[in-house]
Formats: sequence, structure tokens, C-alpha cells
Amino acid sequence: MGKYQQKTIIIGGGILFALLLIMAQFKMIDLYVQSVIMFIGVNIIFATSLSIVNGYMGEFSCGHAGFMAVGAYVSSLMSVMLFTPDKATGLSVLPPSMSIYLFPVIIIIGGVVAGIAGLLVAIPSFKTRDDYLAIITIAVNFIIVTALNNMEVVGGSRGYMGMKKVIYGMEGIIKFPYMLFWVITFTIFAIFLIRRFITSTYGKGIIAIKQDEVAAEIMSVDTNHMKLVAFMFSSGLAGISGGLFAHVIGYVNPGSFSILKSTEGLVMVYLGGMGSLSGSVISAILFTILLEILRPLQILKWVIIPLMLILVMQFRPEGLMGDKELSDFFPKLKKYFKFK
Amino acid sequence: MSLLKITDLTQRFGGLTAVSDLQVDLEEGGLYGLIGPNGAGKTTIFNMVSGFYTPTEGTIDFDGTVINGKKPHSVTALGIGRTFQNIRLWHDMTVLDNIRLSQHYHLGYSVFEPFIRTKNYYSNEKRIEDKSMELLGVFNLQDIAQEFPKNLPYGIQRRVEIARALAANPKLLLLDEPAAGLSSADVVDLIDHIRWIHDNFDITIWMIEHQMEVIMNLCKYIKVIDFGKTIAEGTPDEIQKNPQVIKAYLGDEEEMYA
Amino acid sequence: MLTTLLQNIINALQWGSFYSMIALGYCLVYGVLRLINFAHGDIFMVAAYIGFVFVGFLLKFISGSGMSGWLVLAITLPVTMFFTSLLGVFIERVAYRPLREKGAHRLYVVITALMVGLVLENGNLAIFGASSRKFPEIIDKVVYTFGGLHITNLKILVIVAAVVTFIFLQTVVNRSKIGMAMRAISYDKFGIPLMGIPVNKVVVFTFIIGSSLAAIAGILFGMSYPVLDPYMGMIIGWKAFIAAVVGGIGDIKGAFLGGFMLGFIEILIVSFFSSNLKDLIAFSILLIILVIKPTGFFGVAKSTKI
Repeated sequence: MGKYQQKTIIIGGGILFALLLIMAQFKMIDLYVQSVIMFIGVNIIFATSLSIVNGYMGEFSCGHAGFMAVGAYVSSLMSVMLFTPDKATGLSVLPPSMSIYLFPVIIIIGGVVAGIAGLLVAIPSFKTRDDYLAIITIAVNFIIVTALNNMEVVGGSRGYMGMKKVIYGMEGIIKFPYMLFWVITFTIFAIFLIRRFITSTYGKGIIAIKQDEVAAEIMSVDTNHMKLVAFMFSSGLAGISGGLFAHVIGYVNPGSFSILKSTEGLVMVYLGGMGSLSGSVISAILFTILLEILRPLQILKWVIIPLMLILVMQFRPEGLMGDKELSDFFPKLKKYFKFK
Repeated sequence: MSLLKITDLTQRFGGLTAVSDLQVDLEEGGLYGLIGPNGAGKTTIFNMVSGFYTPTEGTIDFDGTVINGKKPHSVTALGIGRTFQNIRLWHDMTVLDNIRLSQHYHLGYSVFEPFIRTKNYYSNEKRIEDKSMELLGVFNLQDIAQEFPKNLPYGIQRRVEIARALAANPKLLLLDEPAAGLSSADVVDLIDHIRWIHDNFDITIWMIEHQMEVIMNLCKYIKVIDFGKTIAEGTPDEIQKNPQVIKAYLGDEEEMYA
Repeated sequence: MLTTLLQNIINALQWGSFYSMIALGYCLVYGVLRLINFAHGDIFMVAAYIGFVFVGFLLKFISGSGMSGWLVLAITLPVTMFFTSLLGVFIERVAYRPLREKGAHRLYVVITALMVGLVLENGNLAIFGASSRKFPEIIDKVVYTFGGLHITNLKILVIVAAVVTFIFLQTVVNRSKIGMAMRAISYDKFGIPLMGIPVNKVVVFTFIIGSSLAAIAGILFGMSYPVLDPYMGMIIGWKAFIAAVVGGIGDIKGAFLGGFMLGFIEILIVSFFSSNLKDLIAFSILLIILVIKPTGFFGVAKSTKI
């Protein structure tokens, strides 16, 4: 890819991003549109993170929302505990001004803890795969959600809130659309990391596992190690998306990370196409927008969307993109961005 | 000097003894053959040597290291490469990537470097790519580097698979029925090809093959097994005359007429 | 103490019967198509609703005629089984088969199954509303008391039904010609059509049996725990599937016993700890079992041939 084109895309993207932030800053885009953009970002991170395991590595992990929950709760707890004034003293543990700098750190810590939780799935995956692994991940999802339901510290089934206050605190110091900024930044960061991973000889080890695990192991790929890394990486990113999700909404409860959320993730990955990063991104965008457009239909939304997906599957049984990237359909894009 | 020394190797699956009391001693630089009727346990032996099965009993000593119980990827890293009966390339990955990935054991960079992309990362990726292209060049496959194996003819796939096995710098190359599925013209090519690999890569080769033409032309020393047991070994001439081998291949006359 | 324990065992047997019957349905479809039919739990839910609607209709129609509850049940069961089978076969025909025939990746069929499940759940929600429905009482409750032990006739009916369906399935799969065809397809889906076995017919048969089982389970469930809501199938379905896997999926015996095992684990947890911890502990136990024995109790490890 040409150096100039690469620069063009970085500068162009930067300008767009800045414009968006300025418009948000001066209330030129209304809050609803902002929140939709943020949900798209969260869903892109969630879908692409799942595509590492389900798309590239070809395992069938069904309980990804569990890791999202871990990230959401860990980062929410941290931000609320650190930056909310104590009732008695009126002081928070750390001065609220620090929250501006520490916010991304907190989100990343949430991701790291979720990544460690990913071991729960990674270790059983050494011995088993396919549908057995699907069951293990479903069980992990149930375990995480019911554990949260039973933890009074985080509000049990009522959920946990207070994150909005932290964000308002940040905005009170310097007015800035923080959440919009961080969601987009983390989205770009996540795509960037996944692409770097998957284009390296090291990361391609997981594609080798998908295509022929036995051959991979015998041809010197340490499959256990690769699975461990892939699961931790994937659940870590899911944790980051969870942390962002929690702070965008300002409220989390275990119910929002049920198996239904995992299903949404699966839909986005397989709709996009197994092993296509741009496919996951596109389907995350389409899916989120679709959810918003159909919102007035209320419960019927959840009849129409699955029906549409069933229909899509009939016409494109390998997902929208199959294992192709955008650049395979529009070769000119290769000049601007290296997809594979 | 002995490169691979197998002593008292036994493999049982439940009640079935697939391989029993096998003794093998391969000298460095030799070209060895392993033959036997279908289901005799030949591939099982290869699977144990490449670490895919853990032997029930016995030891496999490779170049001074006991390798039984080691995982396949570390066995490969020690210097044993192999191919498969039914070609097992990664069919949806380019030929170049296939070659690249079998150097996974020696990438030369840490887990984090693909993300950070250090100088060290780029130089090692370059090294891997150069080496892969060089290897493809040696095999005269450079023109198909960007093709997918699934689109290639069977004979070429075989060659890619052998190239892939060689990419990991093996000292010992295990070929599991390299001539299976090839036309007779291709088989003649293959014989030359294997001899050429043996001479050029300074490598020890141990092969399983059903086509006697290949085995008798190439191998200096052949081992014959049946029902997991060694029934004969020796030079091609000795094997051809051995009554027990003839019996194993053609069946017992008395049984046939009984 | 002993009576409590025995009482719990009876309850566990009843609770486990439902898991077993649903797990058997999963297991059948999985065994033949290697498809996790995630919609199966929702088929069970729809069956309960079909039963609910039909019984309501029937009771209104015959009110005052003094018709016996058992007769009502005897009419309701086959009717529900028929309509549920229709639904199962319809789903197979419209959603799964085209994908199979196009040679889609197996997981795309699984995702389709998930979507079908969502359609059933939410479609039902849209029709019946969010409030849960009460399943009418069909048969008069009779309580048999042994010492301190209470057993209702319903409990016995449920347990007997589970055992009978299991024996029936075991016989069909292992003894009958169509059962042999089912097993054959699960071994080799490419070779079997060449042998002249009508694969699609066998698949339809499988879905009929699976859905009928779900129908029996649905009605008995409605009679035992008379509160119906559209999401009841999802949770029970997922759990039953996990139970089937722990038993060793693809093996009828495994699915059957796995269902009872989950029933026992859950009831024992509820009676000794707290019902809040039910899912947490139950799933942890199942997870540990699967980690130790990845193929489940009766599953056979599929060896990779190279």
C-alpha cells in the first residue's frame, strides 16, 4: 500500500473524528444519534472480539457476553468507587479530576480481568472443541451471570449504577464528549490490534487451527498456547466493550449480559462471515442500526430481525462477506488500507 | 551415527495392540522404507514418532533426546518433519502462508511484538518470508506462492506439502505414502524428487509406501511390519525374497485354499 | 430426615423427567444431523401453549358434560403432538433444509436455529402478551401418602412418561429399520444417500419424534407447574442441552441420564443451599464434569485419523 494513501486515510479519518467530536461538543448532533454511534462502536468491539475465536480460530464460543459482563462490572466498580464522593466525608478516594486520565486505564483493567476470566474457557478448549466447547462456553456465561446475580456488592439482580455520575463529574471539569471519544478510540484500537494479530505469522497460527488443527500442531504451531492467547485476547476485548457499554448507559445489570447478548454477538460474527474482519464490522453497524430503526415495533422487532436473518442466511449461506475482506470486492481499497 | 533409535515401542488402543515391541535404528543420512499390508500399524508408528500418539511402552530417542510424551509441535521443533497420507495442507491459506506457518516454532519475536511491530518483528517476518520464498524457489513453486492449495493439482499439492515439512529445517523427514493418488508418470517424477531432496537437503528420510516401485528404487534398508510386529528387515533384494513378506502380502496359501 | 431426602428424590425425578424428555429431543436431532437445534426448547414452550389453547377450547366446549379429565388429556396429547410436529417439520423444511442443501457451514445452521428460537419466543410474546398464563387443571390431583412421603398421581405420570418415551426411543433407534437409517446418517452423511436411504424422509421423521417428545413434555410441564411464559422454553432448553452433552450427546441413554442428573443436582441444591445459587452451582458442577470427561459420561471420543 502506498505511503501517501496511508497518510491520506489517517489524516482524513482524524479530521472526520475531530469534526464529529466538535459537533458533539457544540450539540450539533443530538444525544440520540450520539448514543447510536456509541452503541455501534461497542458492538463493533464485541463482534470483532468474538470473531477472533469464532471466525478466525473456528471454535464455537457461545457465551461471549459473560466476558463482556466481567469487563463491565470491574470497570464500573472501579470508576464508581474511586471517583464518587463518600456520603460521610463528601470526598472521593481519588480527586475527580484524575478520572479524566484514569478512565481509559480503568476500561483497560476491566478488559484485562475479563481476559483472565477467558482462561475459564481456554483451558477446557485444549481437550475439546466444536459443540462440547459450545456447551462449556454457555455454562460459563450462565455461571458468570448467576454469580453476578448473587453478589450483593454489585447490586445483585437489581444491577449497579453510578457510572453516569462519574462521567458527569468528568464533564463538569472540562466539557467534552468523553464517551464518544473513548468509544471511537477504543473501536479503532481494537480493530487495529486484531488486524495486526491476524496478519502476523504468529497470529495466523489460529487460522491454521481452524483449517486443520492436527496439521497445525504437527507443523510446529503450539496449538494450546495459541488457543490460550486467542481466548484471552478475545475475552479481553469483550471486557473492554463491556466497560464502555456500562459507562455509555450508566447502568448495568446481569440480565443485559445473558445468553441473548451472546446470541447477538454470534449473529454479528456469522452474518458478517467467518474470518472476515470487515464483515464483522459491517454487520455490527447494520445490526445496531437495524435495532434502532425497528425500535418502535417493540417486541415485534425481535420477531422481524431473526426472520430477516434467517432469510439472509438462505441467500448468503456463508454470511455477507464469507472469508473475504472489503478489499477483495473493491481492490482499489488496498491502496488505502491493508486488510490482510 | 544413529539419529532415531526406537526401543521396545508398543502402542495399545484399548484391547488392540497396534504396534508391539518395535525396534528401529536409523542412521543419519539414510533413506529408509517402512512397508506392510493395510492396517499393519505403519502410520501409528509415524504418529508416535511425531508426537501425535503417546506410546504405551518403550522409548523413542531422537538425536540424543527422548521424545515420547512430547507434544507434536515441540517434536517438530527438535527436527522431525512429516507429511500425511491424505494431504493435510491448510487449503484456504496461500501456499506461501502454508510454508510460513510451519516455521511457527521459531518466529524470533515475542507474543507482544505482532501488536507493537518492533524492528525485530519486521526483520524476523522478513527472514521467514525470504526463507519461504527461497524454499518455494528451490522446489520451483514460486509462481504459485499466492495460490490456494485447494485449487492446485494433486501432484503439486504433494510437493507443497513436502516443502512445508522441510520449512521447519528437519533432520528427519517422515513421508507417509507420498505416492498415494499419483499417476504413474507422477510417481516417476516423485522418485527423482525424493532422491533429489535427500541429496540436497542433507536429510534422513523414512517413508511409508505401498508402491514397491518407489520403495525398491529409493530405500537402502526396508522394514516390513504386519499386525504391529516386525516380520522382516533388510535391503530391497533381501525383502523381495523373504518368504514371510510374500506370505504377508499374498496371504497364506494353505489359508487361501482351505 | 430420610423422608425429606426421599421426598426430594421424588421431586428430582419429576424435575429431571422434563430435562430428560427435552434432552432426548436435542439428542435425536443432534445424532442425525450433528445440528444443535437451539430452537428445541422453544418448540417445547410452543407445545405447552398449544396444549393450553386446546385444553381451554375443549374445556369450554364440554363444560358440564362431566367428561373425565383423563379423557381430556387423552385427546389433548395427540392433538398437541400433531401440531407441534407440524411446527418442527415446518422449521426443518423452511429454515434448515435449504441451508443443508446449499452446503452451508454447519454453524450457520446452528445460528439459524438460534434465530428460529427467537422468532418463536418473541412471536409468542407478541401474541399472548407478557403476562404469564395459567395452565388449566385437567386431572384431579390424588395424593398418595407413604409414611411422611407425598406422591401425587401427576408426579408418577410424569416419571412414567419419561421412562416410557425413553424405552420407546431406544427401541426405535436400535431396533427399527428407520432407526438404523438414522444411525447410518449420523455416521456418514455423504455415503448414505448413495445407498438409497431417503435422507430427507429420515430427517423429517426425526423432527416428528423430537417435536412429539417436546409436546408430551410441554403438556406435562404445564400440568405440573401451571405457569406458562414465553421464555420458559429457552432456559429449560439450554439446560437440557447441557445435560444431554454431559450425558454424552449422540447417545440416547446419555441424554436420558444426563437430564435426570441435572434434575437431581438442581433439586438438591435448592433443598440444601438456596435457590438463588441453583444455576451457579449446577453449571459449575457440569463444567467440571465436562472438563474432566470432555465427551460426557456415555459419549465416545471421536478419534482423529491421520
